[in-house]
Amino acid sequence: MNNQSDILVKVEGLSKKFCKDLKTSLWYGVKDLTSNVLGKSKQQGLRPKEFWAVKDINFELRRGECLGLIGHNGAGKSTLLKILNGLINPDEGKVTIKGRVGALIELGAGFNPILSGRENIYNNGAVLGFTKAEIDAKVEEIIDFAEIREFIDMPVQNYSSGMKVRLGFAVAAQMEPDVLIIDEVLAVGDLGFVLKCFKTIDTILPNTAIVFVSHNMPMISRICNKIILMENGVSKLQGKGVAAAIDKYYKRFAQNESNVVFDDGSIELQKVDMIDAKTNVRIKELNWDSSLKFYFKFKIKQPMNSPLFNIIVMDKEQRPVALLERNNKEYMISGSQNEIEFFVTHENVQLSKGIYSISIAALKPTSLEPLLRVNNVLSFQIIHNDENWQPFLLKTTYNYV
Amino acid sequence: MELETRIYQKENNIRIGKLLKDSLGDIYSSRFLAKQLAVRDIKAQYRQSYLGILWAFITPLTTAFVWIFLNSTDTIRLSDTGIPYPVYAFSGTLIWSIIVEAINSPTASTNAARGILSKINFPKEALIISGIYKLLFNSLIKIIILLVFVFLYGVGFHWSLLLFPLAITGAILFGTTIGLFITPIGMLYKDIAKIISMGLSLLMYVTPVVYAIPKEGIMKQLMELNPFTPLILTARDFITGATPEYITYYLGIVLVCIPLFFLGLLFYRISIPILVERMSA
Repeated sequence: MNNQSDILVKVEGLSKKFCKDLKTSLWYGVKDLTSNVLGKSKQQGLRPKEFWAVKDINFELRRGECLGLIGHNGAGKSTLLKILNGLINPDEGKVTIKGRVGALIELGAGFNPILSGRENIYNNGAVLGFTKAEIDAKVEEIIDFAEIREFIDMPVQNYSSGMKVRLGFAVAAQMEPDVLIIDEVLAVGDLGFVLKCFKTIDTILPNTAIVFVSHNMPMISRICNKIILMENGVSKLQGKGVAAAIDKYYKRFAQNESNVVFDDGSIELQKVDMIDAKTNVRIKELNWDSSLKFYFKFKIKQPMNSPLFNIIVMDKEQRPVALLERNNKEYMISGSQNEIEFFVTHENVQLSKGIYSISIAALKPTSLEPLLRVNNVLSFQIIHNDENWQPFLLKTTYNYV
Repeated sequence: MELETRIYQKENNIRIGKLLKDSLGDIYSSRFLAKQLAVRDIKAQYRQSYLGILWAFITPLTTAFVWIFLNSTDTIRLSDTGIPYPVYAFSGTLIWSIIVEAINSPTASTNAARGILSKINFPKEALIISGIYKLLFNSLIKIIILLVFVFLYGVGFHWSLLLFPLAITGAILFGTTIGLFITPIGMLYKDIAKIISMGLSLLMYVTPVVYAIPKEGIMKQLMELNPFTPLILTARDFITGATPEYITYYLGIVLVCIPLFFLGLLFYRISIPILVERMSA
């Protein structure tokens, strides 16, 4: 059963076209209906107002492998999932799937809000393809897994959205699929729920081929060992290089525009630069464990005491990951001075590879009231040979005893 | 263990035999789902209402009452129906409502499942079967009401009454078959539902629902051609114990509907992916 080599999903030259205009789309629907019923299939290529939502996708997936599907909104990920799930037929190409297919695309499908949680376990289970006997055997387990025993006989419409999702996942988790398709559903729910989902996925992963769609890159890099980066329906990058694809995905969103989020008019950022870094097209590159060194120049518009500077390193998802130590208060500016210039250096940077940006805030020294805050003043990339998805790669020495 | 293999690709040639086998296989494998969906809908329908079951037959009853009133006050003059007029009117409107519900059932079931159709792959035939279950349930209630009237008005028991459920089954088969062919187009265009509901309300006037077929004239010809006529009349004749005049036409319709029903199922099966692609969830 647990044969690592068997290919469970095989996708060859898969394409799907969609129509941009509703009326035309409906009319094509009627035409497709008649040509399908009559068994004709002469027309190929695009008709007016159509475009390729998915174009020429190829991949194979074996048991134990998890394929991450990433790309911007509208890249064709969900369409591809729908084809894999057999909901819509491809226009070109072929999908071959072996074994039981489970889809975590919508949790709690078939729920009726008026009926109780217990009744809806049966509804949802039936939609997912369980038999009555199977649900009977698992219903207690499901209730415990969802942790809603107290409310199980209450109408589902009174459940919180988190409870509904938990119940839906508890039912879905009983599937023992050979191929599992997951689309973004894990985004909802509280931390406990998300952890539980991961635990479940980790346990079924070795026996399953998973196709996972998400915009959450840390999640993708944690679970997936294969990846496809889609852009406008085509595969831009594909293979085992999960981190490379993620970098490429982020680069698409790398915005070089800084934005001033707070300004009281007393100080202005004039110049910022990164020293000792290679410049590659639009981004600064720096080797891991080298010095992170910035240059800042501010213009002072109103007389003031020396401000404090908060320099924050943000990751690709705009999460702050580090704060550079603040400047000390002793540094004084004279009343007539209308510029501040300084270098700030952090030795042996140990951020793990990836793209970062910095934000800077100037604060009043005593009250820490903000004077200016500018986000995304500069982006840079840390280069390292090893892939890791944790935010830091800390330098170590091992002494064997 | 051999794993089941599925292949999705653009269908180039359709083999009716294989499709039908798949379709029937799915109906069998999804029997629990069909039942569960029907139970869910029936329960939900009655749990949120006090009058509950009443709504299943209130429309046909009011229509019948209107006609009984018009007739009894001599506002209109109807030809003799051979049985007490209230029984005639009630049986007509109730059987008519069963057929109308049957025609609408596949579209209604499919529409109600829009949300899951575009998200989860399950045997779509279960929707049709669950629709039929719901129809049978609602029809059963209507039949019971009808029987109450029959005995209340002293029509009495006839052995042919035992054939009445069969006549209703034929009517449901007829309605569902029409519904199956309408559904795919009806899911794409809203116009279809409007046309059907308007068409049916007009069609009722050329069907012996609340009045009998006239002795002569163009109306007689129209009514006798109308395929709904034998369905209504045969069912009614089984209740009253009269000789079913249109039994041959009735049997002909049922015989034609059986293969058409399976053809409709195939049509439905082929059309679902196209519908899912074009409809909003």
